[in-house]
Amino acid sequence: MPLLSRTESMVRQRINRRPSRLLAGSLPWLTIMLGSVAPGWVLIASAPVLPPLGFLMFLAWRQLRPGLMPIWAGLPLGLFDDLFSGQPFGTAVLLWSICAIVLEVIEARLPWRNFLTEWLVAIGLIIAYIILCLGISNIAGAAAPLRVIVPQVVISVLSYPLVGRFVALIDRLRLTPFMVLR
Amino acid sequence: MAPPANRRSGFSRRAQYSTFFSYAAGVIGAVVGLVLLVVAIVNPNAFALLRGAAADVTEPAAQASAGGRSATREFFAEVSGFFTTGSEHARLERELAEAKVRLAEAQATKDENRRLKQLLDLRDDNMQPVTYARLVGSTGGSTRRFATLGAGADRGVAKGMPIRSPLGLVGRVLEVGASSSRVLLITDTESLVPVRRARDGVAAFAQGQGDGTIRIRLINLGLNPLRPDDVLVTTGSGGLYRPGTPMAVVTKLLRDGAIARVLSNPSDTDYVTVERAWAPAPPPPAEAKPGSE
Repeated sequence: MPLLSRTESMVRQRINRRPSRLLAGSLPWLTIMLGSVAPGWVLIASAPVLPPLGFLMFLAWRQLRPGLMPIWAGLPLGLFDDLFSGQPFGTAVLLWSICAIVLEVIEARLPWRNFLTEWLVAIGLIIAYIILCLGISNIAGAAAPLRVIVPQVVISVLSYPLVGRFVALIDRLRLTPFMVLR
Repeated sequence: MAPPANRRSGFSRRAQYSTFFSYAAGVIGAVVGLVLLVVAIVNPNAFALLRGAAADVTEPAAQASAGGRSATREFFAEVSGFFTTGSEHARLERELAEAKVRLAEAQATKDENRRLKQLLDLRDDNMQPVTYARLVGSTGGSTRRFATLGAGADRGVAKGMPIRSPLGLVGRVLEVGASSSRVLLITDTESLVPVRRARDGVAAFAQGQGDGTIRIRLINLGLNPLRPDDVLVTTGSGGLYRPGTPMAVVTKLLRDGAIARVLSNPSDTDYVTVERAWAPAPPPPAEAKPGSE
């Protein structure tokens, strides 16, 4: 009966489905790139008040799925971030690569982790990142004092769990099985 | 949370090599970043073309978000305006009556100015702005204060042109792309603008502090003549900014200067004006006298 078999295939299959390989592979990269571009669109800021969202996404993806992105992911993603961040070109490439290596080492030393340890590690990395960004742009010609970045550090540290939540949401979307396995 | 189990390379030579090479690639990434950084510090314009191209590509999306931004602002302004409409209306009427008188006075002054300039045989330079455009984005996450302008070489924008809003000076063009350009805002720490007090011309420099305020450094040291609420305008020295563009208001006095607030807050400005760089003609070179050493 051809009619019946067609309706059977129209019914959503409950087993033998898998996530789209393209989506599963590309979503982390795309969300981090979006995080690099988006803060510039939110407002024309006259002070550094927005968190470095690209870096926070990068950190959150690495902590949620260690080994999903290769260690050298900081090179292409950092290059993209440098195009929009306003920092001297190469800042993000350098700092993101170092951050990935540091995270790998921490990952190996500290296999058991929970929300608090992950947040503490992230806080350390975020503060170091923002201060180093200030230092690098000061070397390259600016002269901003340290107190300028205090609001940004506070906002970044507090918004990190939210970014982590968002990344977890995207991760679930990424692994939603909807393609029929053949 | 338990550690993921599949990350041990074990005895597999292939897995060991791939772990090693991925670490090596990470280190190479850091080294590449360091090299790029050194190049960028030595020659800040080295990657201007790349940045310009990236800004051009994202410009349509940035324009759309800029439209959304101004719509949100207008929505809130309308809601708050609903509650204050009566008193606001009365105030505006009073101000309008005053402004009409001032306008007549200003017209008379303008006429007189033109007449005097004719007497002196000065000609008016080209006051027409180059173009009007939106500030579509900025570097909100960095300590540097750059903004992206939604107009580039396609609309005649060139490097060094000053940008202003109706309220005052905003910045100047740093890099020009095809359809967007990069603006150095006056609140950036690298921006230095020669200013004078609007009332009597006390000369000073205005340097951005990176946090939205401006540091005023007096040229004449000694007794600090500045007072809170003094308005500072550009002097035009250096030939970049047109003289008399309002820029900042003094908010706090320091021993050798003051902290000032920017008049035209870039987050409130919708459209900005791109002006020609104001460069007065250089003085004629002194002629060397024949015979003299």
